Amino acid sequence: MIKYFKPFVFILCLWPLGIIILDIYYNNLGAEPVKKIMNHFGEWTLIFICLTLTMSPLKRITNLSFWIKFRRMLGLFVFFYATVHLLTYVGLDYRFDWDPIINDVLKKKYIFIGFSAWLLLIPLAITSSQKMIKILGRNWKNLHRLVYVIAIFGSLHYIWLSKTIFFKPLVYTLIIVVLLALRIKIKKRDVNYG
Amino acid sequence: MKKIKYTEITPEKIYIKRRDFIKKLGLSTSSLMIGQNFLNNAYASSNSLEPTEYRYISTYNNYYEFGTRKSDPVEKSQDFKTEPWNIKIDGEVENEINISALEINNMFESEERIYRLRCVEGWSMVIPWLGFSLSKLLDKAKPNNKAKFVEFISVYDPVQMPGQKYPILQWPYREGLRIDEAMHPLTTLVTGLYGKKLPNQNGAPLRLIVPWKYGFKSAKAIVNIKLVEKMPTSSWMRSSPREYGFYSNVNPNVDHPRWSQASERVIGSGILSERIPTQMFNGYGDEVANLYSGMDLKKYF
Ligand code: HEM
Repeated sequence: MIKYFKPFVFILCLWPLGIIILDIYYNNLGAEPVKKIMNHFGEWTLIFICLTLTMSPLKRITNLSFWIKFRRMLGLFVFFYATVHLLTYVGLDYRFDWDPIINDVLKKKYIFIGFSAWLLLIPLAITSSQKMIKILGRNWKNLHRLVYVIAIFGSLHYIWLSKTIFFKPLVYTLIIVVLLALRIKIKKRDVNYG
Repeated sequence: MKKIKYTEITPEKIYIKRRDFIKKLGLSTSSLMIGQNFLNNAYASSNSLEPTEYRYISTYNNYYEFGTRKSDPVEKSQDFKTEPWNIKIDGEVENEINISALEINNMFESEERIYRLRCVEGWSMVIPWLGFSLSKLLDKAKPNNKAKFVEFISVYDPVQMPGQKYPILQWPYREGLRIDEAMHPLTTLVTGLYGKKLPNQNGAPLRLIVPWKYGFKSAKAIVNIKLVEKMPTSSWMRSSPREYGFYSNVNPNVDHPRWSQASERVIGSGILSERIPTQMFNGYGDEVANLYSGMDLKKYF
């Protein structure tokens, strides 16, 4: 069954991309289209981080290894949407005008931490293949725990860019905190849990 | 095409005035007419005073009294009652004034004033307001020599303004100006927009516009104008004193602590248009820079 399910989930994961293409086509993006596109991909990056982090707890709770089979794909979509988000900022918003971009990355903490999160995603994306898992052995698990740091960076990024602290960034932060807390508890019982 | 829509909804007199105004600025009307497709708009200069389309001005608003989303004000303010509306001008004045918005409208002739509006969030519009210089009203109240600052207090009405049920900012909204800023001819009391009555989501019935300062300095739905001796604390200063200063002049060289203020996105200019550089005092330096001579604008942000 998983054979048919995976392509289906893959298509579903492309939905956020499809919806924005439609919005661009129908000129549906309102007063600040560039910002809307940027925020759209930023938010979906965070959603995919949450989804990725949900798979292991689901496996625990339902006792089905089925969930784990989606983890890599979801994780790679995190990297994909983070990269599109970054490209929107660099290319569409700032037209590859590097001075203000470098200034932002170095001086503005929300950009700094977002960029750090994206940098940390690179090694995870590179080592996501079956082959890499074999090569890295036990280290693979340790390396991929970086996703916890990425999740925290992502939510801080969202909180810091908000003009005042509003509802949504706090909801995402809460979800991420819960997803991470679930792991601490479980780890005490099962050392092999990743 | 958008232009044609504007002439349809604008009383002719004002429309002609506006055209004259644009001509005086040395911009040819025809060049403004072609500038509509997004490729041309992509090169819109920061000096362009072509008004932003009404649909953006009236649907993309920061007015937290009605909610924090840009669409909240237009969606939630349509039943807001602006009549009757009383405004008090008091404090350090010889002649305290209690007046209705209607009386103000009849007492002072509003003229069209096309100003750039720069939001602290990094976007900008060009808006054809109707209004008159605040100094005309303040003169009637005769500020005494203790009047060093002017405080603007907006309406507090959580029943009609759902956003005021949450402590996002200190309610009612408060803003302030130094007396010389308040008396400056560019400082405008606004009664209308695009040749019509001011829409509720834009701060009806009476709001301020201080075109060389970030948008939040321009209080909406004002009920009280108080002349005071000490510098008032605005709602935004109270909420985050490190980020929002009393002056809040548009200044590309002084960043918001969390984001850059060097450039801005032009609302309605399309997906392919570039950011434009933000201008010192939002481009009104010739008129207002002398108000701040000798001041360290990094310190007095
Ligand atoms: C894992 C990485 C990242 C995540 C999870 C993330 C998430 C987000 C989220 C949730 C938003 C706000 C969406 C909204 O307001 O609806 C956002 C906005 C934004 N992000 Fe990221 N982001 C990431 C990486 C980056 C990077 C690498 C950059 C640039 C170097 C960046 C720059 C921005 C900018 C400029 C905004 C819009 C700010 C504004 O004008 O409102 N982000 N991001």
